Amino acid sequence: AAASVGILDVDLCGPSIPRMLRVCRPEVHQCEAGWVPVYTDQQQNLALMSIGFLLEDPDEAVVWRGPKKTALIGQFVRDVAWGELDILLVDTPPGTSDEHLAVVENLRKHKIDGAVLVTTPQAVSTGDVRREITFCKKTGVQILGLIENMSGFVCPHCSECSNIFSKGGGEELAKLTGSEFLGSVPLDPLLTHSLEEGSNFLQAFPESATFSAINNIAQKLLLHMKDG
Amino acid sequence: HSAVSEQAGKTSACQGCPNQSLCASGAAKAPDPAIEEIKVKLATVKHKIVVLSGKGGVGKSTFSANLAHALASDASTEVALLDVDICGPSVPKIMGVEGEQVHQSGSGWSPVYVEDNLAVMSIGFLLGSPDDAVIWRGPKKNGMIKQFLRDVDWGELDYLIVDTPPGTSDEHLSVVQYLSAARIDGAVIITTPQEVSLQDVRKEIRFCQKVNLPVIGVVENMSGFECPKCKNTSQIFPPTTGGAERMCEELGLPLLGKVPLDPRIGKNCDEGKSFLSEVPDSAAALAYQGIVKSKCDLRIPHSCCHRAGVNGLT
Repeated sequence: AAASVGILDVDLCGPSIPRMLRVCRPEVHQCEAGWVPVYTDQQQNLALMSIGFLLEDPDEAVVWRGPKKTALIGQFVRDVAWGELDILLVDTPPGTSDEHLAVVENLRKHKIDGAVLVTTPQAVSTGDVRREITFCKKTGVQILGLIENMSGFVCPHCSECSNIFSKGGGEELAKLTGSEFLGSVPLDPLLTHSLEEGSNFLQAFPESATFSAINNIAQKLLLHMKDG
Repeated sequence: HSAVSEQAGKTSACQGCPNQSLCASGAAKAPDPAIEEIKVKLATVKHKIVVLSGKGGVGKSTFSANLAHALASDASTEVALLDVDICGPSVPKIMGVEGEQVHQSGSGWSPVYVEDNLAVMSIGFLLGSPDDAVIWRGPKKNGMIKQFLRDVDWGELDYLIVDTPPGTSDEHLSVVQYLSAARIDGAVIITTPQEVSLQDVRKEIRFCQKVNLPVIGVVENMSGFECPKCKNTSQIFPPTTGGAERMCEELGLPLLGKVPLDPRIGKNCDEGKSFLSEVPDSAAALAYQGIVKSKCDLRIPHSCCHRAGVNGLT
């Protein structure tokens, strides 16, 4: 049976997930149990909550200081009626600040399985992810593993591989910090295109190397959660 | 203290209200004395440019660094780069001065000099180890930004470039607030071509409108990749809605330029070298040079530019 998954998008300034899942302009309804999340599929296996749904005008800027962001994230965690979920994924903005502290503090009582850290291969990026690792250690969030994203590009015309953002930095960082390396995901215009349109890349391109990469990572994480 | 209710914009009844974010951003507070102090301190700084993006990872710090190098290539131009990305301070590494120390003197903190005419300040210089995390909430970040603007001894500068983290939050509000008496020339907004990024840039542009920050223009980064082997160009981050070009047309904003992907950009950033010096004939370097030149031309009629030009957004 398919897993039932929820995504909580706490990137309040730049909520991208509604577009990526093609659910841009729904309304958020209230029920007795709280806010009803938006379902992205008919079978209601994938639910999403994002500030994107609460803005009348999609171009409206959310110009909030920390305390207001913290308050809304608390509401998202408390008041969304997710129902029975196998997995809740929380997508965060970059950084180690209000949003991240709000997520950890609000979810702690519900038990956090851990964090997945995403980096691109180059040193400028891994340099910041080192600090993110420290954040997890300091806040007691287990690190489920690191992912190296945008890891190499294979030219669709001649198959030449170019390491546009360098390569291997994510794997090195995982080794350096004793974290598990979950895998690399290449740069893939088909993936970025799918995200633009909100179409399901995994369904459309199951033969692609990118699909394998993402799928392998997902399987590793599922194993973690079974064991954890 | 704000005269508006603390609950303004925060209650569940506020959700979905078109004025919610206006209320939630708070009414004007009593002016912070630091604002005047900063005005005095930065009187010797001729031009202040803030570099913004909606999304993370679009190449804002890379652009800020390359802009700083380009402006400083004229030895008679005094340039400084201020990094207010408190949680993810990349600028020291990109500028090749990671691990340097900041010194205090009677006249304030001295910035770190990359060249005689190119100075840098970042919280990165104040952290003991590359693993140190700055786990600060908004108010503490704001305090740091105030110190950077008020206490750094920049001296006489032609350009102060302020590199920000992605978003429209504390750091951005604080930069605008603390520089409100000192006058900012305007903002350069960095994006990548795809709608997922542009979606956030439109919010950034709204932010600029809200706080009366003129938009100097938009830079489209990661604009295509030419394969070094077969020379075909791939749109890795596809401009499915016309890219920055169409957005700028619609909003009446200048597109300052389009910079293609080039692995040597990231490589030089990682090594702390100036991409413009290392690979001056590359398409990307030429694009950067074009952008810097256009900005220098644009800055002269700054008061008339692009505050009026942001049409299409009410």
